[in-house]
Amino acid sequence: MSAELTHLGFADRAGHAVQAVARNPVSAAAFAFMPALLMLAALAPWIIPYDPDATDLDHVLLGPSALHWFGTDQVGRDVFSRVLIASRLDLAIAFAAVLLSFLGGTFVGGAAAFFGGTVDRVVGRATDVLMTFPLFVVAMAMVAALGNSIQSIVLASAVVNLPFFVRLARSEVSILRVQEYVEAARAGGNSNLQILFGFMIPNALPTLTVQVSTGLGWAVLNAASLSFIGLGIRPPTAEWGVMVAEGAANILSGYWWLAIFPGAALTLTVLCFNLLGDGLRDIIDVRTRR
Amino acid sequence: MTRDSEIWRFVFRRLLGTLPLLLGVAVFTFILVRVLPGDPAAYYATGPLATTDKIAQVRTALGLDRPIIEQLVRYFGEIAFGDLGRSLVTGQLVSRDLIDRFPASFELTLVAMILALAISIPLGIVAAIRAGSWIDHAVRFAGTLGVSMPAFVAGILLIFVFYFKLGIAPEPIDRIDPFMLKPPTVTGLMLLDSLIAADFRAFSSAAGRLLLPALTMAVIVIAPLMRMTRASMIAVLSSDFIRTARAAGMNWWTVYVRYGLRNALLPVLTTIGLVVSYQLGANVVVEKVFAWPGVGSYALNSLLATDYAPVQGYVLLMACVYVVINTAIDILYAVIDPRVRVN
Repeated sequence: MSAELTHLGFADRAGHAVQAVARNPVSAAAFAFMPALLMLAALAPWIIPYDPDATDLDHVLLGPSALHWFGTDQVGRDVFSRVLIASRLDLAIAFAAVLLSFLGGTFVGGAAAFFGGTVDRVVGRATDVLMTFPLFVVAMAMVAALGNSIQSIVLASAVVNLPFFVRLARSEVSILRVQEYVEAARAGGNSNLQILFGFMIPNALPTLTVQVSTGLGWAVLNAASLSFIGLGIRPPTAEWGVMVAEGAANILSGYWWLAIFPGAALTLTVLCFNLLGDGLRDIIDVRTRR
Repeated sequence: MTRDSEIWRFVFRRLLGTLPLLLGVAVFTFILVRVLPGDPAAYYATGPLATTDKIAQVRTALGLDRPIIEQLVRYFGEIAFGDLGRSLVTGQLVSRDLIDRFPASFELTLVAMILALAISIPLGIVAAIRAGSWIDHAVRFAGTLGVSMPAFVAGILLIFVFYFKLGIAPEPIDRIDPFMLKPPTVTGLMLLDSLIAADFRAFSSAAGRLLLPALTMAVIVIAPLMRMTRASMIAVLSSDFIRTARAAGMNWWTVYVRYGLRNALLPVLTTIGLVVSYQLGANVVVEKVFAWPGVGSYALNSLLATDYAPVQGYVLLMACVYVVINTAIDILYAVIDPRVRVN
């Protein structure tokens, strides 16, 4: 099985990937939508029709129209421009947080499984406990302790994801430990760290990628939830959670567009990451099955 | 050895195993209060007239001038006796506040879990029976959509549609109509108390107010429960005894529910443990959206008012709830599946 896999060329693998995605139209849509989402965020400053921070007291609380696609808020700012600009901040926080938990989790989990022994047991037990612990409570407390800044939101969102990366890296490395190429690498005179980071982690990457995608969704959710409850990012910064919180105050006056559009952007982004994760899992499953 | 004593030994071992976690959380809250911005002594020596002298005096009284290890030991002693300090906002003992507000959160989470199970298990079964069909895809997509939607967005959407647009839900404030006489507190659970008092108007008012927040909290956990039910059912349905049951011409209830579901429930039980803790975190957000007077909104308001004793008490409470739930699930596991007890 695995011997066959090594003989597959890149084209074959890409073919399997395409097949796996094409079988599921929903994940195909997610694969198509994700680059669009990232492009929108990257190009936002050049796309937005209005200055997201410019107030216009003559045009407050206008409903969606051709002029203001998502309407305007209580001080006349264009909601469409703000939703678009906010994607940059939310995605940047998510990517930074997941990068941190990926690096930290892979290192801790990988090293624990590689060296084994008591450390490995303690790490395993600790991640089991942390994974099921109400981590949002920890994130709240962390942001309160570290102060209301983007850095503390990033750290808190990284902590929420950390146990999942540790566990995954640990289980992957403990599977790869017994592979022949690891033994070959050792016979070739590589040091422990070289084997771990040069041979094992790269081979665990496909599985970790799935977790990266799901983790990005979690991080976006976490960061937005924190700023929604008033921790971390504060108004008037354009951020989806903050915007929903501000809009929620107006929704019972009928100004639904203030909360619904940033809320929809948030949901769509997280949905996209989650479906992407599912799609990637399908691809990897196909590869391991063949 | 009898079955009962086996189970009790198992329970004891499990509880012993949770001690490190509780100790860890206690140390975490201890450190937390010390790194949180602001000097506790300055807070306790209230008023603008608090002089440096007075603050130093309070610091001595609170033991904040002692070595950190000594403070930690004292702190452990205090929480062991249930002394969580005093809230500066409510002026009450934190333990009192938490006890007063916990039933509201408990009722909300419990009803949300019941709703989530009532929705996700049938859907999971249907998706498993019709695996690969459009129903399966639709159900799974709906579940993923639910898990992708932040709890606060779902809550606001529900309020907007059912309260503002359709006008069929009560206003999203508090647990019962403010103009209605509250049933006497027996359990603290509004639904149960109104039933005990045989006050059915209060019951329907409380149920109406509970529905939307509970639904919000159910939506975010339906996907994992449904997925696990589906995966576990697919595995069970392909086993020999199901094929035999089908071949014997048993009706669908016997095949899918009595034989199928019962054997598929163990992994679902594990998932319940996972999602409950997620719900405990989401409690804070949902209680804020629905102005629900539970421990989550209490902790949040205290946190925003830089009143840290309640926050510390809340984190400890959550850790204890977490331990109780997970131990309960492990015990259920051991009761259902004898293999768990042996190792």
